[in-house]
Amino acid sequence: MLKISGLEKTFNPGTVNAKTALAGLDLYLEDGDFVTVIGGNGAGKSTLLNAIAGVWKPDFGKIELDGLDITGMPEHKRAKFLGRVFQDPMMGTAPDMEIAENLAIAARRGTKRRFVWGIKKGERERYKELLATLELGLESRLTSKVGLLSGGQRQAVTLLMATLNRPKLLLLDEHTAALDPKTASKVLKLTDKIVSENKLTTLMITHNMHDAIAYGNRLIMMHEGRVVVDVSGEEKKKLTIEQLLQLFEQSSGSKFGSDKAILSK
Amino acid sequence: MAFLNALPGAVAQGLIWGLVAIGIYISYKILDIADLSVDGSFATGACICVVAIANGVPVWLSIILSFLAGAVAGAVTGLLHTALGVPSILAGILTQLSLYSINLQLIMGGRSNFPFSSIPFYTGNTDFTPDSLLLRMSDKVASIIVPLLFVAAVIVLLWLFFYTEIGLTIKSTGDNPAMSKAQGVNINLNKVIGLAISNGIVALAGALLAQYQGFADVTMGTGAIVIGLAAIFIGLSVSLKIKPNFVVSLIGVVGGSIVYYVIFTVVMLLGLHTNYLKLLSAMIVAIFLAVPYLKKEYFSKRKHQRVSVAVESESEGGDADA
Repeated sequence: MLKISGLEKTFNPGTVNAKTALAGLDLYLEDGDFVTVIGGNGAGKSTLLNAIAGVWKPDFGKIELDGLDITGMPEHKRAKFLGRVFQDPMMGTAPDMEIAENLAIAARRGTKRRFVWGIKKGERERYKELLATLELGLESRLTSKVGLLSGGQRQAVTLLMATLNRPKLLLLDEHTAALDPKTASKVLKLTDKIVSENKLTTLMITHNMHDAIAYGNRLIMMHEGRVVVDVSGEEKKKLTIEQLLQLFEQSSGSKFGSDKAILSK
Repeated sequence: MAFLNALPGAVAQGLIWGLVAIGIYISYKILDIADLSVDGSFATGACICVVAIANGVPVWLSIILSFLAGAVAGAVTGLLHTALGVPSILAGILTQLSLYSINLQLIMGGRSNFPFSSIPFYTGNTDFTPDSLLLRMSDKVASIIVPLLFVAAVIVLLWLFFYTEIGLTIKSTGDNPAMSKAQGVNINLNKVIGLAISNGIVALAGALLAQYQGFADVTMGTGAIVIGLAAIFIGLSVSLKIKPNFVVSLIGVVGGSIVYYVIFTVVMLLGLHTNYLKLLSAMIVAIFLAVPYLKKEYFSKRKHQRVSVAVESESEGGDADA
C-alpha cells in the first residue's frame, strides 16, 4: 500500500547547519497496518511524515501509494489520499470558522471545489451525529468558532476531519503530545476506535513508548534517518519497554536518546 | 449649517470608500495579506471608466470594465506572490508602481487628469452628456443612492460567495494555510482569486468616485490602502462588539468609512487644510494598530509577574506561560 524506498533528505545542505534528517529510509506498509513510530529527537520521524504528506520534496528516493508515485505531487493534490493530524492542536483547524465549516471543507478533501453551497442540506445532521461520537458535547456547537474550543477538542475535531473522507493513509504526528495526560489518553482511545472501525492504514508518531507498544499492530523505531527496529504481530504484543530499549541498542549501537520517551507511562 | 451642507458629500464619499474598505477587508482580514496594489487599482478603475465613456462605451459597461481591470491587477499581484515567490507586500508595491505607468500612458494616453467635461474636446464625442453618469456631486440624492445600491449588492454577493465551496476554502486559506493544504485546498489559486475580487471591488469604487467628482486622476489612489484600513479599524471596533459575523463586519466597515469622512469633514470645517487628509488617515491607522499592541504588552507584563510568583512554589511551572 505505502512503499518508500531510499528516501533521503538533508536540510540546509552545504552549510554548517546541514542536517541529514532521512538517510535512505525504506518502509513498506500493508493495507490496514496501524504502525506506531518511535525514536529520539532528530531521528527523522516528523521529517518522514512531512515527506509523505508532501510538505517538501525529498532529495532522493521514491514514495508510492497503492502503486501511484506521489514523490513529486503537490501537497494539496496528494491530500486526497491522506488524513493528517498535527502535533500543534492549532494547526489542524481554521479557528475563525465554524465547526461545521471546518468539517465541510474536510468532507470535500480530494474533490474539486465548486461554485455551489459549501454546506448542503442534511450535512449538518451528519456532522452532529459524528461529533456526538466524540463524546465532547460538540454536537450542539456546530456553529461555534473552532478557536473557542480547547486543545483536546480541536485535536478531536481534526481527527474527525482527517477521517471524514476515508483516507488511504492516516498520518498522526505526535498528535497527543501537546495535550494534558487525561485529554491525551482520551484522544488516543478515540484514535484507536476510529482507526479500527474504519480499518485505516495508519502511521502514528508518539514519544511515549508505553503507547507505542499498547497501540497498533506494528512498531518501528527510527534512528538517524533510518528504521532500526521493526516489530509486528505476536512479537509486538509481548514487547516490553526494556526489550525495546535493548533492541534499539543492538541495532543502532547507541543508547536511546530520549528520557521522556522511556519515563512517560 | 456648513456641516449640514457638507454632510451629504461626506456620506457619499464614505459609501464609495466603503467599497474600497470592503475590498481591502478581503485581502487584509480574510486572506491575511497587506495588499498595496489597491492604490494602483483604485486609480485604474477611475481611469478606465472615464476613457471608456469617452470612447462611447455605455456607463454601466464602463463600470464593469473597471471591475475587470482591477481584478486582472489583483490577479497579477497574486501570481507575483504565489507563482514567482515575491513577498506579498512587495508584489503589491510592484503592481501598484506598474499601474501608475499603465494608467498614465496606456489608459489615459499621457494625461494625468481627465475630466468628464473635457470628453467632447478630446474625442469629438459630442453625444456624451454628464447627465448619463450614474452619479454626480451636484446631484445629492443620486450620489448617495447609487453608491448605497452598489455597497448593498457587493455585500450580498460576497455574503453568498463566501458560503460556497470555493468561498469557504478562500476563508480557510487566510485563516489556516497549513490546514487548508492538508484538506486539499489549492491555497495559491485561492490567493489569486481573493486578490482579484478584492482589487476588482476597489477599481469599481474608483469608477464611482471618478463619476462623483467629475474626473479621473492618476494620483487619486495614493494612500487608498491606508484610508481603507482606517475605515476597517473604525468599523470593526464597533461591529465586532455587536456581532462578529461576516455581513455585520462588512456593514461595519462601510459605516467606519462614513464615520471617517464625517470626522474628516468636521476637521476640515474647523480649518485644517485638505492636504492633511493623508496624514490624518495614517495617524488613525497607526493609533488603531498601536492601541491593541500596547494593551497586550502592558497586560502580558502583569500576567508574567503573576506567573513568576507561582513558579516559586512549582518548579516546572515555566511552561504555564508558553
